[in-house]
This record gives sequence, C-alpha cells and structure tokens, in this order.
Amino acid sequence: MLVTTIINGLVLGGTYALVAMGLTIQYGIARIMNLAYGETIIAAAFLAFVLNGGLGIAPLASLLIAAPAGFALSYVIYGLMLRPLVRRSGGGAGLEVNSILATFGLLFVIQGIMLVLFGGDYISYSYMNFGVDVLGASVAANRLLALVLAVILGGGLYLLLTRTLWGTALRAVAVAPQSAPLVGIDANRAARFAFALGGALATCGGVVISMYQTFTASSGVIFTMKALIVVILGGVGNLAGALSAGLLLGLVETLVATYVSPGLTLAAVYHIFLGVLLWRPSGLFGKARR
Amino acid sequence: MKSAFVWVALVLVLAALAAAPFFMQAYGLGLLIGLMGYVTLAGAWALFSGRTGYISLATVAFFGIGAYMVAAFNEVLPYPLVLVLAALAGLALALVVGLSTLRLAGVYFVIFTFGLAELVRQLVTWYEINVTGTLGRYIFMSLGPEHIYWQLLALAAATLFITWRIDRSRLGLALRVIADDEVVAAHLGINLARTKLALFALSSVIITLVGAVQAPRWTYIEPAIAFNPTVSFLTLVMALLGGASRLWGPVLGAVPLFLLFEWLSANFPNHYSILLGLLFIAIVFAVPKGIVALVETRFRTNERAFRPVAMEAEGKP
Repeated sequence: MLVTTIINGLVLGGTYALVAMGLTIQYGIARIMNLAYGETIIAAAFLAFVLNGGLGIAPLASLLIAAPAGFALSYVIYGLMLRPLVRRSGGGAGLEVNSILATFGLLFVIQGIMLVLFGGDYISYSYMNFGVDVLGASVAANRLLALVLAVILGGGLYLLLTRTLWGTALRAVAVAPQSAPLVGIDANRAARFAFALGGALATCGGVVISMYQTFTASSGVIFTMKALIVVILGGVGNLAGALSAGLLLGLVETLVATYVSPGLTLAAVYHIFLGVLLWRPSGLFGKARR
Repeated sequence: MKSAFVWVALVLVLAALAAAPFFMQAYGLGLLIGLMGYVTLAGAWALFSGRTGYISLATVAFFGIGAYMVAAFNEVLPYPLVLVLAALAGLALALVVGLSTLRLAGVYFVIFTFGLAELVRQLVTWYEINVTGTLGRYIFMSLGPEHIYWQLLALAAATLFITWRIDRSRLGLALRVIADDEVVAAHLGINLARTKLALFALSSVIITLVGAVQAPRWTYIEPAIAFNPTVSFLTLVMALLGGASRLWGPVLGAVPLFLLFEWLSANFPNHYSILLGLLFIAIVFAVPKGIVALVETRFRTNERAFRPVAMEAEGKP
C-alpha cells in the first residue's frame, strides 16, 4: 500500500516537475507569467485523446506531434500577442502586469474553444492499463511510462540548457536580460524560443497526463496553479529546483489523497505554498532575489 | 458652487435609481440587479487592485463565500446578523491572504489569488459532502427583488463614496506613492504591508457582501454556481475597461460591458467565454489605461499634468 502510494506520488510528481519546468523557463527566461499555461496542457491531453481514439495513434507516438505543435503554437502566441506587450513595456516592470492580464484572457479563449469542441465532461482513455510489479507493489504500466518520460524529457532539457552553448545563452538572458545583448545574445529571440520551448514541455506534459488521469476542459486552471506553486517552491528559473519541488508536491498530494481525503489535495498544496511564502519566499532552492 | 451642483446631481441620480423598481417589469429589475452587482464588484475590485497595482483574481472566492454564508445561516439567524457574519468570513479570508502575500512582491499575490477560488470551492464541496452530506442548498427568503436591488444600490453608492474619500485622504496619497514606487514609499515612512492589507480587507468585505446580498436571487445554490470563475473575470474586464484607478472608471466599464455580456450570453451561450477572452485581450492592447484616461487625454484642454496612478505607472516590481 505505502510503496504503491509512494510510486504513484513519484509519478504524479514527475509529471508536475516536467510541466513546471516549462513554466519556469517561460517565466524565468521569457519573463512572461503565463496564466494560460494549464490550458496548453489540457489541449495536448485532448489532442492525445483524439489521436488515440480517432486515428489509432498511440499516445507515445502522439508526443512527436504534440511537442512540435506546442512549440509552434507558443511561438506564434508569443509573436502575435506577447511581443507587442514586451515592446510596449520597454523592458520595464509593466510587462508582468500586462502579461498576466493578456494570458488571463487567453485562458478563457482556449478553455472556451475546448468546451465547444469537447463539452465539459470528464475524459479518459485506456492505454497500457495493466499492472507491473515494482518492489512487491503493483503499479499501472501507464504510470511507470509517465515517470520514465518525465525523467527523459526533464533530463534532456536540463542537459540542453546546461551543456550546450544555446542553452547557456538562454540562461544568460534569464540571469541578466540587460547584459545579455552585450555579449551578442539576441534577447528577444531567446525569449521567444524559451516561451516556445516551455509550450512544448507543456504539451508533452499534457500527453503524459492524459495517459493515466481523467481530465476536463476546465481543469487547466488547477494545473497552472500547481505548476506555479512548484516554480515558486523551486525558485524561478531553477530547473533542478522545479524537479525536486515537483516530486515533493506529487508525493504530498498522493499521500493526502490516499490517507486523508482526495477532496483535500488542493488544500494540501496550498498549505505547502503558504508555508513557503511565510518561511522562504524566494523558494526552497532559490537565491535571495528581489 | 460647482461642487454643490455635482452633489445635487448625484443625489438626484441616486433617487431616480432608487425609484426605478416602481416603474419596471420583473425582467428589467432583474437586469438592474445584475448590473448593480457588477458595478459594486468592479468598484470594490478597483478600490484595491486599481490603486495598488496588485491584480486580484479571486473576486469570486469572496463573492461565493458571501453567498454561502447566507445559504448556511439564513434559516437560523436574522438577516442583518447573517450579513455581518458573511462580512466577517470575507474579512477573515482577506486577512489570511493579505498577511501571507502582501508583504512580498506582487506576483505572489497574483498566484495566490489565481487558485484561491478553486481552493475555496473544493473545500466547500468537501465540507458539504463529508460533513453535511449534501451538495446543494436552498435559500428561501421573503426578500423581494426590489429589496435586493436597494441593498445593492446602497452598497454601490457606499463603495463609490468610500473610494472618493480614500482618494482624498492620507491613505490615498500613500497608495499613490506605493503604486509608483514601493521603495520610495517605504522611505517616506509609509507602512506598506498595513496600508495594502487594510485596503484589501475593505475591498474583500464589500465583494463578500455583494455575494451575500445577491444570494437569495438564486434560490438553489451549489459550489459550482457560487464559485463560477466567470465572475472574477467579468469584474476584472469591467474595471480595466473603465479605468481601474479612476473613481468613475469601474462604473463606466461595468454598464456597457454588462449589457454586452447579457446579449452575448443570450445569443452565443456556447461561445461566450471565447468572445469574452478575445474582448479582454483587445482591451489590454487597445485601452490599457481605461476609457476614462483615454477620453481625458483626447479631450484635455489644459496641459496640467495628471496625477500618476497605479495602472498607468505600471511600476510593479
């Protein structure tokens, strides 16, 4: 029982970590507080559902469609909607307010489109729904796959950002957006790429989530919320922080759902958030900033 | 002389609005109640968010709590006491949120309020299922629609009056400094956290009361109805369109948008939130400072500099 719970918690946490990494890149590098982030996740979950049911494409393969689609969509959204706001604010602090407002509007647009297309019902599909024996406990294969995918995608992103010149440039923009152009980095392009990369991670997360969870057109808000809390917990822009904070959140949530009540998971998440705000506002792994 | 004229005009408008139920059909009165509710919500939202620049996305959390307090206590307590209880519940939640986030950068406040309505909704749902054993509640009260309307009208007038008083007080001055530059404000000896907290509490209590007063209109209430996120969204759109930092901005935004929303929800019920979202994005792009500021800059005759205000300065860290 406990082993199953912990493994399920790690699976959920792995997904949260994956999803939060995308948000931490968007907020840390592109400086966009994206409140429509969860809607991107749910849109990808619906994509996987449709591809699986309609065209018979396995969810694992639909990652190959979802990731580029998420990248392209976020790239376009940044160029059309957010870039003008960035230009208007001129690098000032007004960008935060404007991006919050604009993406809040976007949230309702995407959610509305999904409600029109799919209705408000809970949706799920069956994929790799058999038990696998792990340390004497039976765990659903789709959950294990989700964990493996989260580790591969998250690890790959981490290596990409820390080991390549391109990733170093992105991190430079995150650390010092004003100074990055001095060493020949196009900060605008970096921001757009970071935003698109974050979107791609969100869609990957959405496909992974759809493999083992039910979802509705309106559950994006909760994913945004949890991703935001993981980002704050881990420290803005900190990938390793997002990973550990995501795992922690998933574990706590699963433990609360199993041993207390499934209706109180969000309350548990908020408790953690409150604790962090009161104790270490810059995050568990964040440097003192602001 | 001029200000006396304005006061007389305001009293006349208020009297005309108060007399409106005597000349209206049930549909018109229902419309007026909804409108007055949103005028108050937008005004109360702007009272805090428009003046400090801290965007609150949790309007419906307070609104829903107000409605739920009425649903829970309307049969056991006299009505005025229920309203007091609702206000206290809103105040308590506002203090929890404010004390934990308003000392920090604005973005923490936004994040906290973003999920707050969902959190409260889940907690109420959990409580109703596990403790009381039902999900919905009925509200049977002998209050006619005109009484609800008069209460909302009084609340709207009070909100405007409070806003007007605060803008002209030391508190209003302190808020303007905070909105411009928190560091400067702190150096001037303004107690940042206390000022923001007081205003947030005031704004939240008004919003809670709107929910409480409007609750009898529903008759039947459940968490999904009381904590509908569209309420938060509409309030925000209205306040922003009119100009969140101006006294009359929320009113000017709420009236046309409420009528537009009524028309949209009647004619495009399925595409309602898409159209709403697009409209909102358009507002953020086209009239970021609100109609009032737009009109002022267009038709400004004297070149006297206007006071810098929160949403215009946009100087949040």
